[in-house]
Amino acid sequence: MKILVCITHVPDTTSKISFVDQDTVFDKTGVQFIIGPYDDYALARAVELKEQLGGSIMALNVGLAETEPTIRKALAIGADEAIRINAEPKDAFFVAHQIAQVVKGGDYDLILMGRESIDFNGGQVHGMVGELLGIPSVSPVMHLDIEGNIAKLSREIEGGKELLEVALPIVAGCQEPIAEWKIPNMRGIMSARSKPLNVLDPFEDEQKTVVENFVMPAAKSGIKMIDADNVGELVDLLKNEAKVF
Amino acid sequence: MKVLVFIESDEGRIKKSSLEAVSYAAEIAQDTVAMVFGVLESSELNKIGAAGAKKVLHVTDSDFEPSNIMAVSTAIAQVFEAEDIELMVMAKSSLADPVSARVSIKMDASLVSNVTELPDMANGFTVNRSIYTGKAFAKTKLTSDKKILTIRKNTVPIRENGSDPEIVVFQPNSKGSDAAVKVLSQEKTSGDILLPEADIVVSGGRGLKGPENWGMIEDLAAALAAATGCSKPVSDMDWRPHHEHVGQTGVKVSPTLYIAVGISGAIQHLAGVNSSKFIVVINKDPEAPFFKAADYGIVGDAFEILPKLTTAILAAKA
Repeated sequence: MKILVCITHVPDTTSKISFVDQDTVFDKTGVQFIIGPYDDYALARAVELKEQLGGSIMALNVGLAETEPTIRKALAIGADEAIRINAEPKDAFFVAHQIAQVVKGGDYDLILMGRESIDFNGGQVHGMVGELLGIPSVSPVMHLDIEGNIAKLSREIEGGKELLEVALPIVAGCQEPIAEWKIPNMRGIMSARSKPLNVLDPFEDEQKTVVENFVMPAAKSGIKMIDADNVGELVDLLKNEAKVF
Repeated sequence: MKVLVFIESDEGRIKKSSLEAVSYAAEIAQDTVAMVFGVLESSELNKIGAAGAKKVLHVTDSDFEPSNIMAVSTAIAQVFEAEDIELMVMAKSSLADPVSARVSIKMDASLVSNVTELPDMANGFTVNRSIYTGKAFAKTKLTSDKKILTIRKNTVPIRENGSDPEIVVFQPNSKGSDAAVKVLSQEKTSGDILLPEADIVVSGGRGLKGPENWGMIEDLAAALAAATGCSKPVSDMDWRPHHEHVGQTGVKVSPTLYIAVGISGAIQHLAGVNSSKFIVVINKDPEAPFFKAADYGIVGDAFEILPKLTTAILAAKA
């Protein structure tokens, strides 16, 4: 089983989001970067599948040198090798092309990633990679088992889930509860230092969207506190101010 | 500009979010075509016309299952070609994400997800989209000739004054490789209001102490015709199913009203709800961080407040 796990390098979920340069650049000052939480689920499931079936795990990130500590963490968790495509991830289309090029040269059975990145929340890259390669893509995947050449998956749908079967190779966008996040142990952290991290130049490709500027949401006008003995006041507000009934 | 809207249905009913997508398209262009899959009554198809579509392409061939990502994408691309579509609009959903991505590659189209406003077409085609799980927005320009948008709930009001549409059965050509993905079964709660579709959401957290106390949440939700949600710890402990988990790694909602009961308001939970128009927080801890993000707050015991609130709402609606 040859598994490619694509990881994003994103601000920690507790980060305060702000922008500089007339709201055109994300302000990284003081921000802790992590493996995208959904990608972390994908990686954890890859490690379990490798334990069960044998094989190897390649971690892949599209990013500049600053992402290497995040890639090393993926190696510490259990990836055997890593590739960094040395480019700013311009948009989903650009990133999907980079991933597709890596897959074409690598004969992978499974291409796993998170259902979406938590910075731009597009949820697009897995579907684009599948289409570029002409292979199936499934997302958001909650369970993934491999039996021979067949992947058995469940996919979340509104109000429940759907069970699917599909022959490998496939692309899967993962989410919980596919696996428990894995915390790297000391042995993993030590061995990650010597695992290969190959840096490749980006494959030429255009982007199809351009961010012009960022906008912060309008601040809440302030909370109205209501006495616990006076729920009628809340009902009035819901009826006359929020107008929900 | 000719616009295509991809429509989803649930239990034989057109999703409200899809009617919103039609209304969004109708704001942009006169010439709006909708595409829908599966068995549906004509009264449901007429709702698509009421929302602003002139024509509905109805795919009834059972080889094109409405939830099959591959087959649906193949069929949409054929309509894109046949109808000379420039823009496709769809409501953001767990199906819209992978389908829009595949179609964008087939059609060489620019794709933007989570759009929150009508486009600015004064200078090119620019939209506002939600990023960082609702913590910010990005004004984003689509640079290709063909364009695809997935829109977030509550972006435009649903139109209801359009006339009955021309309904045409559309037979796509199947692509053998699409059959590689076999949908074996669906496990789904029936009759419930779907969380991402709901105008009102009532969510419970650990403050409710156990799954046996969810009746209070369900009663309040029923009184408001709301969907029920929960915090991550609650779904992690299996008190409630995962598809009810609201937050950073669960469902992101943007309803008109979100009521949080016994949820402290961890930043990961707030990320999933901060696009709600109004937020009510009920918590016994006056220091709960959720109060800072709320419009209305009550400090007190949920076990006493909820039944009273439910009764008062039923009385007010009577």
